[in-house]
Amino acid sequence: MKKRFVFNFALDAADEPITYVLIKEYDLKLNILKAAISPEKGGELLVELDGDDKKLAQGLDYLRGRGVGVDAVDKKMLFRREECIHCGACVATCFAGALTIGAPDWELRFDAEKCVACEMCLRSCPLKLFDLRFG
Amino acid sequence: MVIKRSYEEINEKLKKGTAVVLTAEEVSKMAGDMTPSEIAKKVDVVTTATFGPMCSSGAFINFGHPSPSLRMEEVTLNGVPAYGGIAAVDAYIGATSEHPQNPRYGGGHIIEELVLGKEITLRARGKGTDCYPRKEIETVITKDAVNEIFLFNPRNACQNYAVATNTAKAVKYTYMGVLLPELANATYSTSGELSPLLNDPDLRTIGVGTRIFLCGAPGFVVWPGTQFNTSKLRNDKGIPKSNAATLAVLGDLKKMDPRFIKGAVFERYGVTLFVGIGVPIPILDEDLAARCAVRNREIETTVYDYGDPAHPMLGSANYADLQSGTIEVRGRKVKTAPLSSIKKAREIAEELRSWLKKGEFALTAPVELFPTGTTVKGLEIKGGAK
Repeated sequence: MKKRFVFNFALDAADEPITYVLIKEYDLKLNILKAAISPEKGGELLVELDGDDKKLAQGLDYLRGRGVGVDAVDKKMLFRREECIHCGACVATCFAGALTIGAPDWELRFDAEKCVACEMCLRSCPLKLFDLRFG
Repeated sequence: MVIKRSYEEINEKLKKGTAVVLTAEEVSKMAGDMTPSEIAKKVDVVTTATFGPMCSSGAFINFGHPSPSLRMEEVTLNGVPAYGGIAAVDAYIGATSEHPQNPRYGGGHIIEELVLGKEITLRARGKGTDCYPRKEIETVITKDAVNEIFLFNPRNACQNYAVATNTAKAVKYTYMGVLLPELANATYSTSGELSPLLNDPDLRTIGVGTRIFLCGAPGFVVWPGTQFNTSKLRNDKGIPKSNAATLAVLGDLKKMDPRFIKGAVFERYGVTLFVGIGVPIPILDEDLAARCAVRNREIETTVYDYGDPAHPMLGSANYADLQSGTIEVRGRKVKTAPLSSIKKAREIAEELRSWLKKGEFALTAPVELFPTGTTVKGLEIKGGAK
C-alpha cells in the first residue's frame, strides 16, 4: 500500500544510503517527492513508499534505528480545521484528491493519506488555514 | 383556487408562530412532486442565502471626538488605510484595502476583528484647523468604544456569477481563486438554488427597504447594488445567464456574528471579505412559488476564460453540473470547485428561518422597487484632460 512520509535526519546520517537500503533490503518502491537539506535543520525527505505492509514496517524500523525521524505526512500537514468556512477554494487546486467537498453536506474533507504535499492549498485557501512543517 | 397572500397576513402568521417557513432547497425538492400552486398553498416564506467573497464591502465608523479634536484626513486601522475624506471623525474601511507592508492583511481582516470585539489601533492625521487644532492621534478602538459602526456594502449578493477557468499555459491568480493552466480547473461562486436573487429573478419582493440577514444581524437592502444590470440574457426560467442584479446592503456591525463574516485573501489578488446574506422571500402568489422552486439544473451560468485578459466566453454550465464536480468545456472534462460556501449558506438559511419562526423578524415590502432596463458601462479611456 502506498504511503507518504517525511524523513528527518541529522546531516551525519546522510552518509548512509538509506534510500538504497529501503529499496534493496526491504523491496520498497520509493518515490522522492521533495527534499531539503540545510546546515541548520539537517535533512528532510518527503517520500512515497509502496510495498508489502510488513516490509514497510521493517523498513521504517530500520530508519528509526539509524536515528532518522519518520512521520506520516498527515502529521506534517497542519490544517486549522475548526476555522474552515467550507468554501471549496482549496479543492480547485488539489489534484491529489486529498481535499474534497460536495453533496450531501458540502463539508470540506481532508484525507491526509492522499496528500502529496504540493502546497497548492497553502496558496489557494483564502483563510490561510494550511501549513506544511517541512524544510 | 388562486393563492394571494399579503405581507400583513404573513407577518401576522409569523407573530402567531403558524407560518410555514422553508428553505429554498427544501422548496426546490418539493417541486419534484408538487405543482407551484400546491407549493403556494402550503408555504408562506422561503429563506434564501449565500456566503461568499464579496469585495465590494466595507464599514463606516464614527470614532468620536478626542479633546481637543482633529479633522482626520489620513486614517489607518492597524496600519491599513481607511478613507478619511468624510467629516472630522468619520471614516470608511473598505474590505479590499491592504496594509502597505503586508498586503496579505487588510480591510476584510480589520472588519472581522472588529466584529470579534478585538482592539484595533487607530492612527490619524490632520492639518490642524481653528476648530480642530489636533494634528495627530494614536489610540485603540473597539466596536463598542466607537459611536456607530455599520457595514455598508455597495455590491453584494450578485444574481448569478461567472464560472472562471484558464486556457493559458500559466497559473492565473484571480479573485476567482487559483486557476490552473490549460483548463485544469474551474471555479464558481453562487449557492445555486439557495442563492437569494436566483429565487426572485424579477426582484418582485427584494427592493429598497427589504429587511435581510446580514452577517448574523438584521440588516436592510438599501439600494440596487453597483453594476446593477437587468439586461442580461435569460434562460427559459427567466433567470439571467450571467451576473446581473446586485444589492447594496447595510447593517449594524456591533450586532454581527463572527460566524457569518470572515476576512480573506486570494493569493496574488488581495484581501476581501466573506459576507453572509440571507433574504426571506414571501410567497405572495403562485408565481413566486414557481420561482423559489427552481432547481440547480434549471439555473445556467456562463464559463469565461480568465487566462485571456478579455475574458472570452467559453460556454455555459448549470449548477447541477457545477456541483457534481466536473463540467465539460471545449469537449474536455474540467474539475469544478465552489468559492462560496454552501454549508455556510445553509446555516444562514436555517438561522433566518429560526428568526422568522420566533416572530423576531418581520417581512417588509420594498419601499421602492428596483429599476428595470439597466445596463453596465465600461470605462472609456479618453485623452485630453489636462
